[in-house]
Amino acid sequence: MKIHEYQGKELFRKFGMATPRGYPCFSVDEAVGAAEKLGGKVWVVKAQIHAGGRGKGGGVKVAKSLSDVKELSGKILGMQLVTHQTGPGGQKVRRLLIEEGADIRNELYIGMVVDRVTQRVTLMASSEGGMDIEEVAAKTPEKIHKVFIDPGKGLTERDASEVAGKIGIPETARPEAVKLLQGLYKCFDETDASLAEINPLILTGDGKVIALDSKLNFDDNALFRHPEVVAMRDLDEEDALETEASKHDLSYISLDGSIGCLVNGAGLAMATMDTIKLYGAEPANFLDVGGGATAEKVTAAFKIMLSNPKVKAILVNIFGGIMKCDTIAAGVVAAAREVQLAVPLVVRMKGTNEDLGKKILKDSGLPIISADNMGEAGQKAVAAVQGNQR
Amino acid sequence: MSILIDRNTRVMTQGITGKTGQFHTRMGREYANGGTCYVAGVNPKKAGESFESIPIFGSVAEARKQTGATVSVIYVPPPFAAAAIDEAVEAELDLVICITEGIPVRDMIRTKYRMQGKKTHLVGPNCPGVITPDEIKIGIMPGHIHKKGPIGVVSRSGTLTYEAVGQLMDLGLGQSSCVGIGGDPVNGLKHIDVLQLFNDDPQTEAVIMVGEIGGSDEEDAAQWVKANMKKPVVGFIAGVTAPPGKRMGHAGAIISGGKGTAQEKLAVMESCGIKVTRNPAEMGKLLKSALKA
Repeated sequence: MKIHEYQGKELFRKFGMATPRGYPCFSVDEAVGAAEKLGGKVWVVKAQIHAGGRGKGGGVKVAKSLSDVKELSGKILGMQLVTHQTGPGGQKVRRLLIEEGADIRNELYIGMVVDRVTQRVTLMASSEGGMDIEEVAAKTPEKIHKVFIDPGKGLTERDASEVAGKIGIPETARPEAVKLLQGLYKCFDETDASLAEINPLILTGDGKVIALDSKLNFDDNALFRHPEVVAMRDLDEEDALETEASKHDLSYISLDGSIGCLVNGAGLAMATMDTIKLYGAEPANFLDVGGGATAEKVTAAFKIMLSNPKVKAILVNIFGGIMKCDTIAAGVVAAAREVQLAVPLVVRMKGTNEDLGKKILKDSGLPIISADNMGEAGQKAVAAVQGNQR
Repeated sequence: MSILIDRNTRVMTQGITGKTGQFHTRMGREYANGGTCYVAGVNPKKAGESFESIPIFGSVAEARKQTGATVSVIYVPPPFAAAAIDEAVEAELDLVICITEGIPVRDMIRTKYRMQGKKTHLVGPNCPGVITPDEIKIGIMPGHIHKKGPIGVVSRSGTLTYEAVGQLMDLGLGQSSCVGIGGDPVNGLKHIDVLQLFNDDPQTEAVIMVGEIGGSDEEDAAQWVKANMKKPVVGFIAGVTAPPGKRMGHAGAIISGGKGTAQEKLAVMESCGIKVTRNPAEMGKLLKSALKA
């Protein structure tokens, strides 16, 4: 789960980390009011969407007067902000963060993730902040410094101070940097975060260390013990179909292709998508129905897939183990009838009660295209889509 | 021979009183030698009771002491599953197979930290388990699709493992053992560890390694294969079509920072002498061709 920048900064402050003063706003009036409350002569108007790259897309602007704040807020609020992470349609801006301006001397980068190899939380730090950090990592990996954090000790003062030195924080500002870095680890650990990023972390003209940005993602499997994090969820920022799918305990992800896929198991679902591509088409979604698929669940899955207008055919690929093929077949038939399926449906079933399942599909009288193996299923689904286009 | 488990393994179920634990303990007991292999269950609140004549003990240590079981399988719900692994490690079991899906990563980081220097092997979590066909099945895989034979299977995913086994069976090839290592980022045995075991197992003649996008486990295993493996290895990586930054069901199946793509993994595997296919329907055929060579 993701949250907004302003929510991330609220969490940061709880963990003793320095951030600029600022207020979230939902209207232009609120934005002007926030700027008045903050005082000073320079403010930053920041679009709040979950995607990154907001600055480049025109969603972050500096205002030098209250009338600037009013004008810029009016422009940004409600715009379709397009960044490299939103896709071409962009994301509508519904919230703003109005912040006091900062005197930036240096822009640095701080990130935290779980490293799979060491199986520890890893602090990444670089003097090259404010830029595309993936590019820094690819071109000049020596400029990214890492600390693999011992879960027994946490981030030690020594390690934090050392890494702060490596990214150019002067001696005088080290204690502040240590406080911020240790705060970030505590925040990451105690909230069950899966990713934390501050880009940029800044060193100000008067030697302060401040988190100018915040990005926090959380481990979905740990949300049960963090109601305070769940309360920050913004459904406007999430894919409506993915949200609907999660209600039915389906793992669904929208993609750009034309063939809807319904599969049991994440690995097999990815492999099914790959097969579609191999034969010359693209999958419209990833959809794992999980282990205990019922007729209701399959019907919900069909409805979700079909609400994507790009879907021109559906491919069902089931390897029945504990889940029996006849159960799934009955679910598929019921779903196809209920949604009055109008696109070609290819079904491949293997495993427990395979023959019974196939018989149910055949006896249904529905125009189901059956396939004996995954390759054949992929080929037939692709052929069905290409036939549709002609 | 086989790896990790065989007909002489004695296993306890942690979480034996839950619906899933009961169902799969029953299925495990009905499979091949399962009747003598499944000897205990654990539930602190139901010590002294039994499940279909399998005695339930209050702790892993007690179950071990009373029955001699040295392997456990975990079906405990996610909030409590890491603590269940800890308990099995403390009781110095040889092997813990954790089926539970959805354990918070933070819990697993701490559990792995506590496991340092301990003798217990962990398989999973979020995995189908381990089967040595015609001997013993510990986990949720369908037993009847397997048959004893010379092929080792190691995989990060569940149903895709069954798919690989199904393709092998269509070609008449049985398996020595099949190990599902799970789809989580912080887990127990990795591909590399299981390949080492297959390399040392006289019954195993060749191995299928089924990987997924995310992390670098497959690359690490490939480098090890190049330097050490005496048997042919073939591989497939799921997720060529997965876009970066989107988590494909498994917590570990995500391309982040441009790392862990299927193409990258396949290229490394090929450069290390592993035959790979981009077509998941051809895993079995590829293995058969490697056997002949």
